[in-house]
Amino acid sequence: MKTLAELQAIKEKMKNKVVLREGGEAIRVVVGMATCGISAGARPVLNTLVEEVNNSGLASKVTVSQTGCIGLCQYEPIVEIIEAGKEKVTYVKIDAEKAKRIVKEHLDGGKVVTEFTIANQNA
Amino acid sequence: MIRAHVLICGGTGCTSSGSLDIQAAFAENIEKAGLSEEVKVVQTGCFGLCALGPVVIVYPDGTFYSRVTTDDVKEIVEEHLLKGRIVERLVYNDTGDDNAEKANVNVSLNDTAFYKTQNRVVLRNCGVIDPEDIDEYIAMDGYAALGKVLTEMTPEDVIKCVTDSGLRGRGGGGFPTGRKWSLCAPNKAPQKYVVCNADEGDPGAFMDRSVLEGDPHCLIEAMTIAGYAIGATKGFVYVRAEYPIAVKRLQKAIDQAKEYGLLGKNIFDSGFDFDLEIRLGAGAFVCGEETALMTSIEGNRGEPRPRPPYPAVKGLYNSPTVENNVETFANIPQIILRGAEWFASMGTENSKGTKVFALGGNIEHTGLVEIPMGTTLREIIHEIGGGIPNGKKFKAAQTGGPSGGCIPADLIDTPVDYDNLTAIGCMMGSGGLIVMDEDSCMVDMAKFFLEFTVDESCGKCTPCRVGTKRLLELLDKITMGKGTIEDIDRLEELCNYIKQNSLCGLGQTAPNPVLATLKFFRDEYIAHVVDKKCPAGVCKDLVSFVIDQDKCIGCGMCARNCPADAITKTDYIAPGHKLPSYVIDAEKCVKCGVCMGNCKFKAIEKR
Ligand SMILES: Cc1cc2nc3c(=O)[nH]c(=O)nc-3n(C[C@H](O)[C@H](O)[C@H](O)COP(=O)(O)O)c2cc1C
Repeated sequence: MKTLAELQAIKEKMKNKVVLREGGEAIRVVVGMATCGISAGARPVLNTLVEEVNNSGLASKVTVSQTGCIGLCQYEPIVEIIEAGKEKVTYVKIDAEKAKRIVKEHLDGGKVVTEFTIANQNA
Repeated sequence: MIRAHVLICGGTGCTSSGSLDIQAAFAENIEKAGLSEEVKVVQTGCFGLCALGPVVIVYPDGTFYSRVTTDDVKEIVEEHLLKGRIVERLVYNDTGDDNAEKANVNVSLNDTAFYKTQNRVVLRNCGVIDPEDIDEYIAMDGYAALGKVLTEMTPEDVIKCVTDSGLRGRGGGGFPTGRKWSLCAPNKAPQKYVVCNADEGDPGAFMDRSVLEGDPHCLIEAMTIAGYAIGATKGFVYVRAEYPIAVKRLQKAIDQAKEYGLLGKNIFDSGFDFDLEIRLGAGAFVCGEETALMTSIEGNRGEPRPRPPYPAVKGLYNSPTVENNVETFANIPQIILRGAEWFASMGTENSKGTKVFALGGNIEHTGLVEIPMGTTLREIIHEIGGGIPNGKKFKAAQTGGPSGGCIPADLIDTPVDYDNLTAIGCMMGSGGLIVMDEDSCMVDMAKFFLEFTVDESCGKCTPCRVGTKRLLELLDKITMGKGTIEDIDRLEELCNYIKQNSLCGLGQTAPNPVLATLKFFRDEYIAHVVDKKCPAGVCKDLVSFVIDQDKCIGCGMCARNCPADAITKTDYIAPGHKLPSYVIDAEKCVKCGVCMGNCKFKAIEKR
């Protein structure tokens, strides 16, 4: 290595890998991953979210993590978006395709995808 | 795609309680659960909360699992990593606030009482990155300070920045680092050296080890910066051989840095060369003294040499040398990157930045803490350290190890910095902080440190070699109840003589534990020589164990367990009891205290 640019390149390459450990991020994405969630297909949703967040360069302000049963088993897989100072958004019956839209429209674009929210479901 | 990281502490403490097996168990269970593509296992340096080890942290949520065993791993993998359900029974969540604990089991590490008052500069990467992976260090801005120094700054700029930051040596003396560098920089010589003191001889201290184990690249980067600042192209790290993990990681880091061209010739195409080597020490305390350390690196017996000439003029191989402590160096990259003002904004008037302390002794959370200079002893002990175990009272804290002194309970609100500690006759030292509760005898404590210095005196000068031995004999006499009031005066006189006449810092500071205890706990010395009593009940020759004949029910438990056969049955049966009571023969008693520990009826007293 002879230049600062080379150093910077390694930093960029590695940043996404260690940013997970920094905490203090602005937005938390939580996927319900109890038995009910997993059987309803939460695993691919979680993995898609992680991948899309990284690919869109959002990793430094968004963390994706999992939680246990949220208590609304018939709506699984459930994804919650928690942002300081804003109302929590709960998305229900999410699949990988919907997850991609959430990342693009909500996390990146800042617009809630209302058609997937719990408020829009009539049970 | 990796979505979670499992960080396992690979510091010496956790390693010795089995963290390597835990790491293997995680790898196996994660594989079995089919999570290998989603979860990464990382071995890190010390997190600091050694008392609760082995420690495992799961990110991104930052769940802190303590005292993990290999049997727990399967549950963590299946519950937490697979299903997202935190294994509550293993979570450490002591926030120092009971309500918060009940309301929220998943407190993040940074909110626990142990971490929230800490300010991690030196330890910022310890427990966060994999110390064996240079790329992770680079991701945390690693080598960016070196890049900045070599491409944008002159050596004078670097020294000015370090001087302005107010950084002082963390090895014990507290000499201003910028000044040390500026005294060495102008000296012309064909070869100059940068030396890092990683000898860490203070008993109970392990700050430097944790930096070496948790963030070795930081030291390499800092020493290279120092080399550039003073015009040295060669550096040595002097580490004791008793730190095998530290040595291994540091060597690995040096190899990686060389491979990346961050050590070696023409670093960052600046024309500056720097090379670094490790030298192993055999663990003699005196080899931590800077001139003895250099003599040892040169391949000679580790004995100090008179100063002046100072190392800045005539150091290693008689060449101009800068020698600094590990923690001192570990501050440098951050000072360069974030600026002198940032560093100077932490701490007190004449003590800037943070200090790492190794907490030990009678304290709930033994471990490593980093706090801003000026934090009070009360905060360190009661908030961060979790207080004294078993509801005992705080009596004193020893700083500076065998060269330092004690801070008594009534000075617990002293803000800890160089000047305050010196003013009360203590010293900052390298960061060992040993907490003592009401059951500690201060004369015995002074004796403990004197035994250490007598062992470790190199023998080169008489005041230290003979003087410390005589000092220890006097202390022995006092703790055996054979001392006189004149002995106390003699003790004081001898202390001052040794201080003034010894060749190096070892002898010059060896009497400090005695002087400090004499200053704050003179009444305890007097109790030993006049009343022939040890108020804390520690000094064996001055305590006796006695059975209260009327409380003794005659069960015989004490007699059966006495290793010296010193307890026998009497003919006396106390009113209300059925069996004859027992008695201890003071002549035979070895004062082990086993009988007292075994007596369920509290019939045995220590007097
Ligand atoms: C007996 C004795 C033992 C010492 N042991 C150490 C040690 O283990 N580590 C250390 O860094 N400094 C130790 N020192 C202090 C060093 O002599 C030296 O002052 C220090 O390493 C300078 O670095 P600094 O300015 O960065 O603190 C010791 C000093 C004496 C007198």
